[in-house]
Amino acid sequence: MPEAHTVSAYDDDLRFLARRLSEMGGIAERMVADAVAALVNADTASAQRVISEDLLLDDGEREIYDKAVLVIARRQPMASDLREIIGAIRIASDLERVGDLGKNIAKRVIAVHTMAQPRKLVRGLEHLAELALTQLKEVLDAFASRSPSLATSIRERDEEIDAIYTSLFRELLTYMMEDPRNITACTHLLFCAKNIERIGDHATNIAETVYYVATGEQPEGDRPKDDDTASMIAPAPGAA
Amino acid sequence: MSEAATQDAVNASVEQPVIKMRGTGVNVFYGDKQALFDVDLDVRQHSVTALIGPSGCGKSTFLRCLNRMNDTIDICKVTGEITLDSENIYAPMIDVVELRARVGMVFQKPNPFPKSIYENIVYGPRIHGQVSTRAEMDEIVEKSLIKAGLFNEVKDRLQEPGTGLSGGQQQRLCIARAIAVSPEVILMDEPCSALDPIATAKVEELIDELRVNYTIVIVTHSMQQAARVSQRTAMFHLGKLIEEGPTDKMFTKPDHKLTQDYITGRFG
Ligand SMILES: Nc1ncnc2c1ncn2[C@@H]1O[C@H](COP(=O)(O)OP(=O)(O)O)[C@@H](O)[C@H]1O
Ligand SMILES: [Mg+2]
Repeated sequence: MPEAHTVSAYDDDLRFLARRLSEMGGIAERMVADAVAALVNADTASAQRVISEDLLLDDGEREIYDKAVLVIARRQPMASDLREIIGAIRIASDLERVGDLGKNIAKRVIAVHTMAQPRKLVRGLEHLAELALTQLKEVLDAFASRSPSLATSIRERDEEIDAIYTSLFRELLTYMMEDPRNITACTHLLFCAKNIERIGDHATNIAETVYYVATGEQPEGDRPKDDDTASMIAPAPGAA
Repeated sequence: MSEAATQDAVNASVEQPVIKMRGTGVNVFYGDKQALFDVDLDVRQHSVTALIGPSGCGKSTFLRCLNRMNDTIDICKVTGEITLDSENIYAPMIDVVELRARVGMVFQKPNPFPKSIYENIVYGPRIHGQVSTRAEMDEIVEKSLIKAGLFNEVKDRLQEPGTGLSGGQQQRLCIARAIAVSPEVILMDEPCSALDPIATAKVEELIDELRVNYTIVIVTHSMQQAARVSQRTAMFHLGKLIEEGPTDKMFTKPDHKLTQDYITGRFG
């Protein structure tokens, strides 16, 4: 935190936003981790818990919006304070979306479990989730320390997630082609993988916001490109 | 001039703002006490420059240098150079009365003369020999009041005393009075600090319109006002110019920590 404001209630307002955001961040992290664990362990009870936790993030986002609007109306924030508040609004909506994606994974646990899961695919998904969670955790640290350099390094790492997602996509396609009975579960797993990849994107969004809050500038250069699956075609059966 | 050279000249005029007034190494002393230290500041033509900073930092002092109002304070001494259209206004042959017609001033407290609205406006042009006939005077009154956005409100009572108007109307009358002598630069020292929010909004709207024809320098205590009305902002602290730049940048990411702390309400 920079130097104190002459009006101390102003600092209380800003601290409220920061604290509420880090709470939301903690919940979002836990939801994603639990959802993926539930998926791996076929733990429907735990999946149910994740689903119900999503409400906490919805509330958090609403509270942050309300507070931010009030602070803007009341104090007409300038410069770093203004960026801080706009940043809080953006990060809150990214975290809320992360919660939705976690919830969506949890919802699929039951459907996926109707069939024996190919271990290898689940491992791949776990690995993808680990990377996304690391991104999420580090970006929350970057926010807490308002560190533009940490934010930049997180943003650059998103490509790794995209690459793993692309290879998982390919594997899932292959499984589906091998045996049509895999299609239901694999489709759900595919959505789970896509959700995790999107979580990584939200971490990247947050990294960009942190960079802006800290420096007043948009991060330089293109965002690492999206995954390649948009143009991917399944190999013809029997080929290769 | 070749076509390419003409185009270059056009490009240059787009990129290079016209400097209407320029302070270079300005020092101001009140007796032994130094109030401004080596201030270099440009005022761009047809733009509003806001001077901000905590009380006593020298904003009004700098403003008063721009039309030599400081001359009226006995103990005040100004060194350095201030130019208007590249001409040093402190040069010996400068006619200070003429200078103040070119660089007009509006004060914090609306201060109409205790005379009619009409007389308030024709006073300046008459002194400067700009009007003589009744028709000329009528015209200047109407034009100035229209430009100050006051005409419709007072056109039926031009002979009534200016002091009978509301605070906001009085301030716009003072602006009309300043405009009447066709100044090039208008200096405003906290012109809205005695006005309610609606009257303030009207004056701010007016400032934005006046910018098209005049160059404006405004001292304000309200950061929001500076952010709303100006294109350039200069931040003063303890008699020194801390930084100057585009207003949009000054209020979103100023370079200097003092500016940051001041505009975010961390001191002052
Ligand atoms: N007429 C004066 N006589 C003596 N000191 C003055 C006079 N006017 C201003 N000062 C001093 O000069 C400094 C700058 O004042 P001023 O320009 O009025 O500041 P600001 O407009 O930023 O509040 C202050 O320390 C003030 O006390
Ligand atoms: Mg002053």
